[in-house]
Amino acid sequence: MPDKLISKIPAGPLAEKWTRRKSEISLVSPNNKRKLDIIVVGTGLGGASAAAALGELGYNVKIFCISDSPRRAHSIAAQGGINAAKNYQNDNDSVYRLFYDTIKGGDYRSREANVYRLAEISSAIIDHCVAQGVPFARDYAGYLANRSFGGVQVSRTFYARGQTGQQLLLGAYASLNKEIAAGTVQCFPRYEMLDLVLVNGEAKGIIARNLVTGRLERFGAHAVVIATGGYGNTYFLSTNAMNSNGSAIMQCYRKGAFFANPCFAQIHPTCIPVHGSQQSKLTLMSESLRNDGRIWVPKKLEDVEKLRKHQIKASQIPEKDRDYYLERRYPAFGNLVPRDVASRAAKERCDAGYGVNETGLAVFLDFRDAISRLGHDKVEERYGNLFEMYRKITDSDPWEEPMMIYPAIHYTMGGLWVDYDLQTTVPGLFAIGEANFSDHGGNRLGASALMQGLADGYFILPVTIGDYLSKKFADPKTDVTSPVFEEAEERVQARIDRLFSIQGNCTVDSIHKELGQIMWENVGMARSEEGLKKAIKDIDALKEKFYKEVRVSGVQNEFNQELEKALRLEDFFDIGKLMAIDALQRKESCGGHFRVESQTEEGEAKRDDANYMYVSAWEYKGAETAPELHKEPLNYEFVEVKTRNYKE
Amino acid sequence: MDFNLKIWRQKNAREKGHFETYKVSGIEEDTSFLEMLDILNEQLILQGIDPVSFDHDCREGICGACSLYINGRAHGPDDKVTTCQLFMRHFKNGETITVEPFRSAAFPVIKDLVIERKAFDKILQAGGFISVRTGSAQDANGILIPHDKAEESMDAAACVGCGACVATCRNGSAMLFVAARVSSLALLPQGRAEAARRARAMVAKMDELGFGNCTNTRACEMECPKGISVAHIARLNREFLKAKFSE
Repeated sequence: MPDKLISKIPAGPLAEKWTRRKSEISLVSPNNKRKLDIIVVGTGLGGASAAAALGELGYNVKIFCISDSPRRAHSIAAQGGINAAKNYQNDNDSVYRLFYDTIKGGDYRSREANVYRLAEISSAIIDHCVAQGVPFARDYAGYLANRSFGGVQVSRTFYARGQTGQQLLLGAYASLNKEIAAGTVQCFPRYEMLDLVLVNGEAKGIIARNLVTGRLERFGAHAVVIATGGYGNTYFLSTNAMNSNGSAIMQCYRKGAFFANPCFAQIHPTCIPVHGSQQSKLTLMSESLRNDGRIWVPKKLEDVEKLRKHQIKASQIPEKDRDYYLERRYPAFGNLVPRDVASRAAKERCDAGYGVNETGLAVFLDFRDAISRLGHDKVEERYGNLFEMYRKITDSDPWEEPMMIYPAIHYTMGGLWVDYDLQTTVPGLFAIGEANFSDHGGNRLGASALMQGLADGYFILPVTIGDYLSKKFADPKTDVTSPVFEEAEERVQARIDRLFSIQGNCTVDSIHKELGQIMWENVGMARSEEGLKKAIKDIDALKEKFYKEVRVSGVQNEFNQELEKALRLEDFFDIGKLMAIDALQRKESCGGHFRVESQTEEGEAKRDDANYMYVSAWEYKGAETAPELHKEPLNYEFVEVKTRNYKE
Repeated sequence: MDFNLKIWRQKNAREKGHFETYKVSGIEEDTSFLEMLDILNEQLILQGIDPVSFDHDCREGICGACSLYINGRAHGPDDKVTTCQLFMRHFKNGETITVEPFRSAAFPVIKDLVIERKAFDKILQAGGFISVRTGSAQDANGILIPHDKAEESMDAAACVGCGACVATCRNGSAMLFVAARVSSLALLPQGRAEAARRARAMVAKMDELGFGNCTNTRACEMECPKGISVAHIARLNREFLKAKFSE
């Protein structure tokens, strides 16, 4: 039924689409806004900024957060920066160029209209964040500083040391606090959404568990906004925070919201390599390091052998014996190729036997040349905290020896399908930030996640949700004592009771680690038909094992982290399987999705525009039935679709 | 490596807590402190013992969730790290390690090592913001902030809101936390119009919530995982006095 996928992209020239849509949107008067309730789930950049902006407009907002404070949301860990088409460097940047780079970086699998709007709004984000008191880096005269990120040839990234996400989140959190103080926003920390409630097919509320008392509670509203981030933790080991999960989006999916492009997951090239089986998560080293760091492996396998046996140090390998493989393969962009390209190139070298640590899964990121070119102080100012973080974790000093890095799961481009208004296929249900699929296609460019979260939250959703709510202000408050809420709560309760009843001999984490293994091996950097089919079978078997063997300790009505993890793992099984199903149908290589069957002779990803230039949107058909694929065709009216080329 | 762990167990806010001792073995030295607790918990679950609850999230030292008091120090023996960035190589093989929650009247225990830090949110809600509405900002380069001022503001803004300063202070004072926010904003030209109200409101809220007074012991600065200087407390005091005089 293609009628469900109405993208609502306004007609007209690219640069006028957003203006046109805004002028069509019905307004809600201030006295009516007061009558309308909105639930926002998630307090990262998207959720916090949306709740703050909606509160400023006068809506009644309830915001839910799984942590003890909104400030802990995982946006806080974004390091490098935020893009904006300010052209402060006079390097011929423009809204069009930011748009073009993002479309190209996404390997032509995102919507032109959405991406153009994102680029158009980017400047206002920087203005607003500066006004909030975000201490972006400045030059000595007081003007804002910029740096470069992967996949672009201009300097348009604004940053606050290696803590840009933290500073932007604290800005959004401060605005949220302003609205909490004003009484327009009510915050529910340590609450986790466990189901979406529909009334007559429209999103009207949620069932949430109070994580301190353990009790289930019901909340009603006129609309629900999902801002719960990505699902990278399906892989167990990722750069995501331990509590980041995909459960809220899966609850929405099961209630009829389509899940778009689930297989598009980003593997970030510069993470600290895995050190052992006791590891719980992977740590990212910011992409900004690739501005000045050079990536290499030895040219000679004998040097590799000596490195692995600790007989020589990297710094002892002479220049002529180093293979700066990104500079060699992609001279135009060098170390600043997009993440998917850099990750695959690292894997290629390691698969060929050039990995530089004991596990063979690491390459060097070297600052020797940067230190001699810029001096210690300049490098310290730019990357000091990242160097220190690396040293603390690895016990190795990046001032002396190059960093060792390897790719890891970092971000998910897929998410809930949304139209141009950021509304899902369920009326009244909106999705913003990483939780939706809208802007990054097959691969996200660095410093664009922060931009998207804040564009959605501050500037897009608060406008577009008005169109839906303008027809709802006469509706009464949602009655949470109605049978639909009652039934929803009973279903959640049954799910929890089932988990406690199993009492097997496997911990939640041990099963999650097994799922991560299946995912990384078969739905990771290189995917094949055989591997994907195996993954689907293995996930089914593992899920069966979970329901026989898992042990969830404690009881429901108390603070119980094991129960939280078990509930999330149930959803990770379904996400993992959906990712594999989606990866199986997309027989092309595209962005972060690399099908080994579809590559050029040089080993570059080979896209298939004739057959796969669409968004895959999956409709839930029941627990035992395969999901149904819907295709939203992507039409490129304004850019010429080309093979990505970072060589010339 | 093997360790004896003496860990604070407390069922909930109402019941009294006590220490329990557990053993862990076969820990790699590159394992983080929280990963070591994960391993302990895997053992406990399979033995039918309730695992130890502790707050954690990003595990890269930036979210501020972790809040363990280890061998008498907030975030343990290494300097300028949060608990999640503490590694077992900082301990001796066979050592007995004592693990408690951050303790403060303003941070009640929820369970085991998990504490309630809503008091910090409340202080910031009292005035830790610039009241700019979305859409009303001028061009970002219209506000010039010299490099050094921006950097100093950033030094203060690096606070992760973990509460190590409060847990360390013998008076249970939240001055460093409050100062970090007030000072970060005071160094910038934005938001001056409400600076006096901000300083007054945040200090009043801090007092109201049961945090103690600052007696300049500087312990907070020593234990702050982000190395935030007490110089910011001096700036908070100046802001507060200015606010008093402007009344």
